[in-house]
Formats: sequence, structure tokens, C-alpha cells
Amino acid sequence: MSFVQVRDVWQRYGTRSIIERVNLSVEEGAFISIVGASGCGKSTFLRLLLAEEQPTRGEVSVAGAPPAREPDRARGVVFQRYSVFPHLSVRDNIVAAESFGTRLGWLWGARLREAKARADATLARIGLDHVAGHYPAALSGGMQQRLAIAQALTARPRILLLDEPFGALDPGTRVQMHDFLTELRAENPMTVFMVTHDLAEGFKLGDRVLVFDKPRWDPHAPDAYGATITYDFDARHGGIPYHHLREKVDEPAFAKA
Amino acid sequence: MRLINRKPGRVLAIVLAALPFVAVALAYTIGSEMRLAVNPQDRLLPAPATLLDTAIRTFTEAERRSGRILLWHDTGASLFRLLSGVGIAALLSLVLGLVIGLLPVMRGTLSNFVAVISMVPPLALLPILFIFFGLGELSKVVLIVIGTAPVMTRDLAQRVLEIPREQIIKAQTLGASSLVIALRVVLPQVLPRLIINMRLSLGTAWLFLIAAEAVASETGLGYRIFLVRRFLAMDIILIYVLWITLLAFLLDWALRALSRRAFRWLEAGL
Ligand SMILES: Nc1ncnc2c1ncn2[C@@H]1O[C@H](COP(=O)(O)OP(=O)(O)O)[C@@H](O)[C@H]1O
Ligand SMILES: [Mg+2]
Repeated sequence: MSFVQVRDVWQRYGTRSIIERVNLSVEEGAFISIVGASGCGKSTFLRLLLAEEQPTRGEVSVAGAPPAREPDRARGVVFQRYSVFPHLSVRDNIVAAESFGTRLGWLWGARLREAKARADATLARIGLDHVAGHYPAALSGGMQQRLAIAQALTARPRILLLDEPFGALDPGTRVQMHDFLTELRAENPMTVFMVTHDLAEGFKLGDRVLVFDKPRWDPHAPDAYGATITYDFDARHGGIPYHHLREKVDEPAFAKA
Repeated sequence: MRLINRKPGRVLAIVLAALPFVAVALAYTIGSEMRLAVNPQDRLLPAPATLLDTAIRTFTEAERRSGRILLWHDTGASLFRLLSGVGIAALLSLVLGLVIGLLPVMRGTLSNFVAVISMVPPLALLPILFIFFGLGELSKVVLIVIGTAPVMTRDLAQRVLEIPREQIIKAQTLGASSLVIALRVVLPQVLPRLIINMRLSLGTAWLFLIAAEAVASETGLGYRIFLVRRFLAMDIILIYVLWITLLAFLLDWALRALSRRAFRWLEAGL
């Protein structure tokens, strides 16, 4: 059985259909890129994977567990912004991934010392040891996102959800972040879902690239139908996708006209 | 050069800042001299020298009957009422603000209630408070709490709601319970706002304090002002007003200093 299973998922807000008939199964360790027009429901889909919201219809299951009702430690997440805690130092942001799971959210004594030592090792690994005592606001955008990813991974999630994590970074930093993420994945294989608006980025990092689009379109009621996965590309082999293009969905995306 | 782009230099800035104070002092002195020239017994605008004299007496001389220096006694009583009122209101607003901001169930129950309560004019409640809590300290403290807590609560709940959803979600993915989110994510981020709210509330709190002391009290800065008004002791009233102003300024300054020291992370990005 596959690791992440999405069965006939629909999401509707009031009368607005956002996504519909989404079916997906993902193997453990796969890197799934998600692309699509702005506002088509990519973040909504990620919120469903995160269990921040419940789908109007259908269900999402991760690692064979029954559908989650709220976000938990099985799911790690990094957003475009606001992913780290501004009032905690860089080191404490990493320690938080261990301490927040306790009853009062604090570690003491030996456990705190150990957690701090582990946090320092993590920071050294991701090249942030020189700013361990600083607050996130003093860090560059790229450093903040590196911290956010390391923080999410410290909690050892089963799936990692990234919502345009590099969208606010300049192109040079973005390439560095790609290498960073690739290295981390080589060290501990994890299942990743990444929303991006950069197609090249999606193909470069992903094993599969999913395209969200509205296959049905009513010009008189633009909100009547939602988006679904219209293409599912195989993006392995160094991100040279177009030679390995595999069309999967029966309904073509350009049916709206 | 446009006026909006013209900035004063260091010295000029200090002079400009001092100007209104000097102007008021000057106007007072002139007015006082004019009145005293006409009638040396005039009590409305005592001469600056008289004021200084009175100030030294009120700050140092004990009252014969009780052997206490009344000004310090009044100050102690008033500050106790003011600080316990604002302190209790701050704690109350912190707890309610967190609960309303974080828990949808409580938001439904409490937010409208607090909004309505904050519309009740507190001074209109004063007679009721005197009846229920007597003429002692309690009624005055309660008046300050009722007068300041609802506004602080609404503001704090709003700040809690303004914390980016991303952070709350992130904390959940790190395994945080509702309590941990309240204690470790939300509380530290609204504490600076709590201090700001206390600073803003102190002005209102002084108003309620002096009103309550004027109506029914045996001690306190407001009580004293309204007592000596009967004898038209303008010099004492003015000294007390200046003293209250200084106290208010010092409290505000202390809270601001505390905030700057305690919340270094706020300034990290600047
Ligand atoms: N909680 C919500 N209530 C109502 N509409 C929403 C809600 N969340 C998102 N939407 C709408 O759903 C659509 C898809 O949003 P989103 O998933 O954020 O798009 P994307 O991430 O692909 O740009 C948008 O039109 C947005 O306005
Ligand atoms: Mg989005």
C-alpha cells in the first residue's frame, strides 16, 4: 500500500468549489512538486495533507493511519513566511521542536542541555552556528528558511510539506536552498510535498510534478468547479522532464476554452 | 526646501522641545505678577517663589495632628490603588485575551460580552461600587479594573488573533498542545503589547482614581486636591497636580524601559 493516500478529495468553501476529485497515491520517500495557476487551490491541498482542514468529501491518510483531524508531529511544514518563532533565538527555535511536545512546553536540566547540544550540532550542520544566539529577524530570508526546514525536520515528521518555501528568496539564494534541501534528503530520506510557482524548480527537485488546474469550466459560474490534478509528470533523471513526459489524467486541461 | 523636509539640528531640537514649557511658565509668572500687583492677597495664581516654598513644605513638613507628611502618605495610598487596579486589570485582560483569542468556543461566549461591558461608563457605576464594596480601598481598585480591563482585553484578544496562522500551525506540527501554544508561542508575543496597554491605561486609571478619591476617601492625592480646594489653596493644588504629572511620567518611563529590556527580540530586525 502506498504511503500517502488521497481518495476522491473535494474541498468547497460555501458555494465555491476549490478542488475536486483529487486522487493520489505517493510512495514513501518521494518528492512531489505541485504547480498550478495562482489561486487554483495548491495551498488548500497542502492544508488538507496537513489536516489543518477537513475535506468536504473524501479522505487523506498518511502511513496507513486513519485520517488526522488536526496537525500533528507526523506532518512537518514550512511556509513562505512566518515559519519560525520571532521571539525565540535561532537555537531555541530548534530546541522548540523537542520541547513543544512536552506538557508545559519547557525542557529542564539534563534534557535541556542535551537538546541544546543536539540543536547546536544541527545548526553547525546547516551553517547557522555563528548566529545561534540571534533572533530570526536578524537573519536573511534564506537563513530563516534554512532554520525553518531544520526546525521542521528536528521533529522527525513522516511527511514534509513546503508551501512556496523559496518564493520570497532571490534567485542565487534559491539555488543554494535547492542544494541544501537535496543534501538533507540524501541524509534522511523523507516524503516531501512542495508547492512552487517555479516550474523549473519543481522539475529540478521533484520525483513527480503534479499540475493543478480546472478541467471543467463554466464561464457563467467560475466558482462552480474546482481544480484537480490534470498532469502527473515523472520528473526523475536529473530534472529533464520533457523526454519522459507521461500523461496520466484522461481529461485534458485545455478543455476550458 | 519644502517644510516637510526641513529637520531641526540637535541644539534647535532641544530648544524647540523646551519652548512650550518655558512659554507656559512665563505666561504663568506674568499673570501671577499682574494679579498680585493689583491685589497682594490674591490666591488664584500664587507667585513662583510661594509655590517653591509650599513645595518644600508639603514634601518635608509633617502635619501636626498626625505627625505624618501628608503628601507622601497620599502618594502611597494613591499609588497602591492605582497599581493594584492596573495590575489586576492587566492580569485579567491577559488571561481573557488569550482565552478569547485562542479558543473559538470562548470567543463565541465572551467577546460580545466584553464588548458590551466596555461600553458601560465606569463612573456611572461608582455609586453601585460604593454600595457593594464600601467606601474603602476595594471600591476604588474595582473601579479602575472595570474602567481599564475591558479595553485591554479586547485589544489583547485582537493581537492574539493577529499572530500569523503559520506560527500556530507550525507549533502544532511540533507537537504543542493548546496550553503550550498559549504559554510558549502566544504569551511571549503579546506581553510587549500588554505593557503598551498598561501604559495607555494608566491615564484612564488616574482619571478614575482621582474621581473616586474626590467622592469618598480619607487619604490620597485626589482627596487632598479636592479637600484644599475648599480653602482655595491654589499653591497646594498646583504642587499636587505637578507631582501627579511627574508620577505619571515616571511610571510610563519605567514601563517603557522594562519593555525595552525584556523584549530584545522585538528590536532584532531594526
Ligand atoms: N478558508 C477559506 N475560505 C474561503 N475561501 C478560501 C479559503 N482558503 C482559500 N480560499 C480560496 O481558495 C482559493 C484557492 O486558494 P489557495 O489554495 O491559497 O490557492 P493557491 O495556493 O493555489 O494560490 C482562493 O481563491 C482562495 O481565495
Ligand atoms: Mg498558495
